[in-house]
Amino acid sequence: MPYLNIENLHAAYGDNLVLRGIDIAVEKGEIVSLIGPSGSGKSTLLRALVGLTKPHLGAVHLEGRLIDYSNKRSLREARDHFAIVFQQYNLFQNMTALKNVTIAPVKVKKRNSGEVGQEAKTLLAKVGLGDKLHSYPDELSGGQQQRVAIARALAFRPNILLLDEVTSALDPELVKEVLDTVRMLAKEGMTMLIVSHEMAFVREVSSKTVFMDEGKVVEIGAPSQVIDQPKTPRAQEFMAKILRH
Amino acid sequence: MNYTIHFNLIWKYVPDLLQGAVLSFQIAILAFLGGMIIGLVGASIKIFGGGVLRGAVHAYVSFFMNTPQLVQIYFFFFALPQAGILLSPYQAVLVGMTLNAGAYLTEIQRAGFLSVHKAELEAAETLGMSLPQTIWYVIFPHICKVLFPPLSNHYIIMTLGTSMAAIFGVEELTGRAFNVNAITFRSIEVFIVTAGIYVGITILASAILVFAGRWLFRVKGKVF
Amino acid sequence: MIEGLWEEIPRFFTYYNWVFLLEATGRTLVLTGIGCLVGFAFGFYLAVARLYRGRVFLPLKVIIIFYVEIFRRVPFLVTLMLIFFFCQGVQLDVSVFTVALITVCLIAAAYTAEIVRAGFESVQHTQWEATEVMNFTLVQKLHLVVIPQAWKVILPPAFSFFIAFIKDTALASQIGVVELTYVGKVFNNKGFSAVLAFGTILILYYLISYPLARFGAWMEKKLAVSKH
Repeated sequence: MPYLNIENLHAAYGDNLVLRGIDIAVEKGEIVSLIGPSGSGKSTLLRALVGLTKPHLGAVHLEGRLIDYSNKRSLREARDHFAIVFQQYNLFQNMTALKNVTIAPVKVKKRNSGEVGQEAKTLLAKVGLGDKLHSYPDELSGGQQQRVAIARALAFRPNILLLDEVTSALDPELVKEVLDTVRMLAKEGMTMLIVSHEMAFVREVSSKTVFMDEGKVVEIGAPSQVIDQPKTPRAQEFMAKILRH
Repeated sequence: MNYTIHFNLIWKYVPDLLQGAVLSFQIAILAFLGGMIIGLVGASIKIFGGGVLRGAVHAYVSFFMNTPQLVQIYFFFFALPQAGILLSPYQAVLVGMTLNAGAYLTEIQRAGFLSVHKAELEAAETLGMSLPQTIWYVIFPHICKVLFPPLSNHYIIMTLGTSMAAIFGVEELTGRAFNVNAITFRSIEVFIVTAGIYVGITILASAILVFAGRWLFRVKGKVF
Repeated sequence: MIEGLWEEIPRFFTYYNWVFLLEATGRTLVLTGIGCLVGFAFGFYLAVARLYRGRVFLPLKVIIIFYVEIFRRVPFLVTLMLIFFFCQGVQLDVSVFTVALITVCLIAAAYTAEIVRAGFESVQHTQWEATEVMNFTLVQKLHLVVIPQAWKVILPPAFSFFIAFIKDTALASQIGVVELTYVGKVFNNKGFSAVLAFGTILILYYLISYPLARFGAWMEKKLAVSKH
């Protein structure tokens, strides 16, 4: 039984039917990358998993248990297992880096604040921001903010980490530092779903690649296969366009 | 006294109340137009004028924006006769509201004029536009777009402000409500209906202004 | 006329008249101050109530929307009359000051609800989303993230409203509240020159309003610059 099982998921964003039947199975410790053209529904899929966009058809099972997105308690429980890092980092502007990381574990998960504080400092040091504990988001660069966002997600102690195009909003020279952080997490065995345009990185880090187009899964396979030798015409077309740069 | 609510005694007075609303509209629109003219002159002086004139306009604006309209009207109604100027209640209200509006509209228009960016003027210059062309095609549309929301908003405020004319016996909407109250003693019912009419006319005015704004100046706006 | 005025001034500015004027000024400030404070608190909760999701809350939210729209679109004088006659009708024996105070509270609540709502909406929805996925309760969202960011957008218009309302309370004189405008009418009726009577009242209102307005402008500038 897969750790996370997405079956026939349909979701709409406003009037648009964005996800039209997604089937993906994720095992524990797997790193699944989602690639495809914009508008294909990759980000929407991540948002749907955490209930920001409510799916209206299909099922998501986590550890065998169904997530009922219309039931408050079920949704809350599901969200406890996920942590999502957004493209725009979404750090709390009125809090320091340290506070951003500690606020949810302390206030929501009701953990001991001293313990969380220690863990937060360790996490921030791990992502290379040990000296920026008391800086506010507007004092940090995009890359630094994104790393704080990752630390914040990790402090939440999720079982599955969702990364939604975490380097897309960054200046090119800041991308590497964030990717290095993700590489480190991959080595430590964190289960992850990564939406990204960074093909080389995706090929290196993920264990499975899903190519999506127009709300459907078009091709699934090993990264080297899907990226270097796509089988389906749409994937081939997409890869050709990407690699032309 | 009013333990039992009897709206039926009021209904026959509704046309009368609505006629009062027409007078409210008349007062508001006249005061607004007068205020716009004052505002145009005032804003121009504040931006382009010399020290003494600027100071005078500033004093006028400051005074009328920091004192209540009601007391301003009281002053014109009771104090002017001492200088030999006798005003009817309607005239006193109109003078008071116009001068009051003039102060607020001076500030609104001044902010609007100052919002024209140097960048726009430079772009027009590099495109070889003459001054009249620049004014007509660049400055005027920009200013209209910027001024439309605050002016619309102030007009609605003025419409509500006409109700104090009732205190002076002017027979606009609130004035007539007082009359009906005096005749029927159905106070709660009368003022509920009057309140309803005010809500109705301001929603109507807001809607018309929002749609006019969207159509004329492509200004986005919401009624609620 | 000027000589007449000049002679009147010592007769006008007697000790008792000063006391009367200052008492009335105090009453104006108390009426607006307390009315706005209570109104702001009430309006704040109205704005928060509109954030609750779930079909069971729909009737309450509709009532709030109606309340806010209605009390923002009825002139102060008419609302005042309504409250006055309502209290009379249910035989509630309260002073005219209380009637005016209730009116100020009701209207302030309606305007505050809108100001606070705009403040909440000014906080980027991505901030709301981040709290949502981390399972913050509504109270936690507001207390920890939204209000710390929204208050800077809420305070200036709220303060402006308060200053503007000081002028609106002049209408309370109509039901007999002994505030500043009422005193002007009294002096005028007593035979003092209208210029002196209402002129003094105008100057007193100015002396209250202008410094507050300047303070408000200063505060707005400070809030726009500062970040935390």
